[in-house]
Amino acid sequence: MAAVATCGSGAGTTGSAVATASKSNVTSFQRRGPRASGTNDSGPRLVSIAGTRPSVRNGQLLVSTGLPALDQLLGGGLAIGTVLLIEEDKYNIYSPLLFKCFLAEGIVNGHTLLVASATEDPANILQELPAPLLDDNSKKEFDEDVYNHKTPESNIKMKIAWRYQLLPKMEQIGPVSSRFGHYYDASKRIPQELIEASNWHGFFLPEKISSTLKVEPCSLTPGYIKLLQFIQNIIYEEGFDGSNPQKKQRNVLRIGIQNLGSPLWGDDICCAENGSNSHSLTKFLYVLRGLLRTSLSACIITMPTHLIQNKTIIARVTNLSDTVIGLESFIGSERETNPLYKDYHGLIHIRQIPRLNNLICDESDVKDLAFKLKRKLFTIEWVQDNYLRQERNIYPPGFSYLLKQKDSAWGEGSLQHSTFLMSFLAKATAFASRLVRHSEPLKQTGSGRIHQAAGPRLWHDGRRQEAPGLLGIPP
Amino acid sequence: SRPSLSLTEIEGKLTLLCDAKTDGSFLVHHFLSFYLKANCKVCFVALFQSFSHYNIVGQKLGVNLTVARERGQLVFLEGLKSAVDVFFQTQEEPHPLQFLREANAGNLKPLFEFVREALKPVDSGEARWTYPVLLVDDLSVLLSLGMGAVAVLDFIHYCRATVCWELKGNMVILVHDSGDVEDEENDILLNGVSHQSHLILRAEGLATGFCRDVHGQLRILWRRPSQPTAQRDQSLTYQYKIQDKSVSFFAKGMSPAVL
Repeated sequence: MAAVATCGSGAGTTGSAVATASKSNVTSFQRRGPRASGTNDSGPRLVSIAGTRPSVRNGQLLVSTGLPALDQLLGGGLAIGTVLLIEEDKYNIYSPLLFKCFLAEGIVNGHTLLVASATEDPANILQELPAPLLDDNSKKEFDEDVYNHKTPESNIKMKIAWRYQLLPKMEQIGPVSSRFGHYYDASKRIPQELIEASNWHGFFLPEKISSTLKVEPCSLTPGYIKLLQFIQNIIYEEGFDGSNPQKKQRNVLRIGIQNLGSPLWGDDICCAENGSNSHSLTKFLYVLRGLLRTSLSACIITMPTHLIQNKTIIARVTNLSDTVIGLESFIGSERETNPLYKDYHGLIHIRQIPRLNNLICDESDVKDLAFKLKRKLFTIEWVQDNYLRQERNIYPPGFSYLLKQKDSAWGEGSLQHSTFLMSFLAKATAFASRLVRHSEPLKQTGSGRIHQAAGPRLWHDGRRQEAPGLLGIPP
Repeated sequence: SRPSLSLTEIEGKLTLLCDAKTDGSFLVHHFLSFYLKANCKVCFVALFQSFSHYNIVGQKLGVNLTVARERGQLVFLEGLKSAVDVFFQTQEEPHPLQFLREANAGNLKPLFEFVREALKPVDSGEARWTYPVLLVDDLSVLLSLGMGAVAVLDFIHYCRATVCWELKGNMVILVHDSGDVEDEENDILLNGVSHQSHLILRAEGLATGFCRDVHGQLRILWRRPSQPTAQRDQSLTYQYKIQDKSVSFFAKGMSPAVL
């Protein structure tokens, strides 16, 4: 059956779930121990790489995205072998910052970088990376928090809100730091010596496209073909997939691709609804994911999805990516002047989290997240506010209709709205709880009778108890 | 409790798995482990995830894909890895994913040849496996890779003729439902396969949105595609919650979290 099973032998050990000690495994999905529940080393161990840690849920190897708050939301970090797609905000102000934090995290951890862009020279991108916030103080309990995933739900919310304020405490060893996840100062540049000490490769499309490389005709855009070949070359040459006998690599490759899908890449999905090459991008993503799955690498892609005309392509791109987050900035929208949002710069949507080696995924319960870029730090917080709730449509259908009317008397902030909301929510919770019954006031009688206040009351015989009054039914 | 699918009822049948606004991959894992445990010969065209992913989940469900593959019970086409092979190296023989190298959308004939070769009965005297099964996860990826909906439907048709009719085996296909995103090609594909299916399992997200205790709703529809529609199609609806090693089903509104 060897001929038929095309993926059988290949790069050797893609099949085995547990890392064998002798040969370095090429699978990116490796388990640290026989079962993910404990971190015992009863089985063969994976040599730990700086800047990575195994996921508690499924033993998946994770790297930090450069934003500890985002790591939390993604279930601990970005899994090696996967793609993180960032849907750019409208004016491309905040997505480059996430992109740069990811790369800066790679430099601080000593990972190899591969930066691809059609707009900017990768050397310039690296010059503009934010400076890491490094502290000489001894470890604090923050470290334990970072490694402790079993926090209950309420703690996670608190963590997002205030924990990030703490700066990481770490020792200066190894590359620059072996800690998982750092904070970055967006107002300062990364020290030049860190860039020079790092190992990085740049792919600047205008330079590469002019070279006459023999390329077979295929429905991918030439820029994408070149990029895939470049990535595959680096992975093979530097031994990230274990297939090169000369190279024994125990490091992670971080790939960053900027503005993928924009016209500068030669793709027309942002210009035309039914372009000639509508499958180019999706094919690229598929082959890229194939490369990632068989190597020790993680990739971040920013894409101007707000420019893509054809919604089908966005849906397919989302399906073909592993983790997808979207940034929505408030600039130019009506929310900019909304007092509720005065502290924030935009919303961050977690659109998709992958299920890796598992039937379930680490979906966070917190859905309303906003970000802000203060003078130094990019932070993400949980926002509870009525606007988001309204847009998520958790109101009963009839009420939503009333709200949507222009100048409706039921608008936000009106007395009718608040009263309705309170009684709706009260009834909803009362329905759900079987043990406690609230005695609801009777219908308005018009006689001015004082009703009994609603309060917890046990039903004795299934009927409401109430004080006898003028409306006591005559026997 | 889940309705059981006995082997005698569904010989030679096509089962369509469909997911809308949620992830229906748990159904794929279920059927893979189900058929492997039933000692069937399985050809798995796994386009969506890597082999180790299916293997690790399979182990939670009680099957070992590596062992099954070595025994010859499982023929596994790992789409992601094969795509890289095809893309970067010229292949001498026609590769099942040959269309990735081609400029124009071709057809899926090499893929069909692969399936037929994998499931053809081996004349070894004794029958080792009960019957053949083709499992595809998932078909919508082929559209993203440039194949037209008609070419994919042709592929399904050829597979059905060989696997279901000639070899009396089963087919289980996963197709995403794009919902309100107007993906015409995907809709054509979904409708086309629905009409040929004997059993449709449709996993849907809840209309009210995300819920921690109820992950979605499963609609089960039994059909008789070959007979005129004298009989009404039966359908059932359950809600489910996916756990680490299993999925629990319950009637609508009867989630243990609510009761």
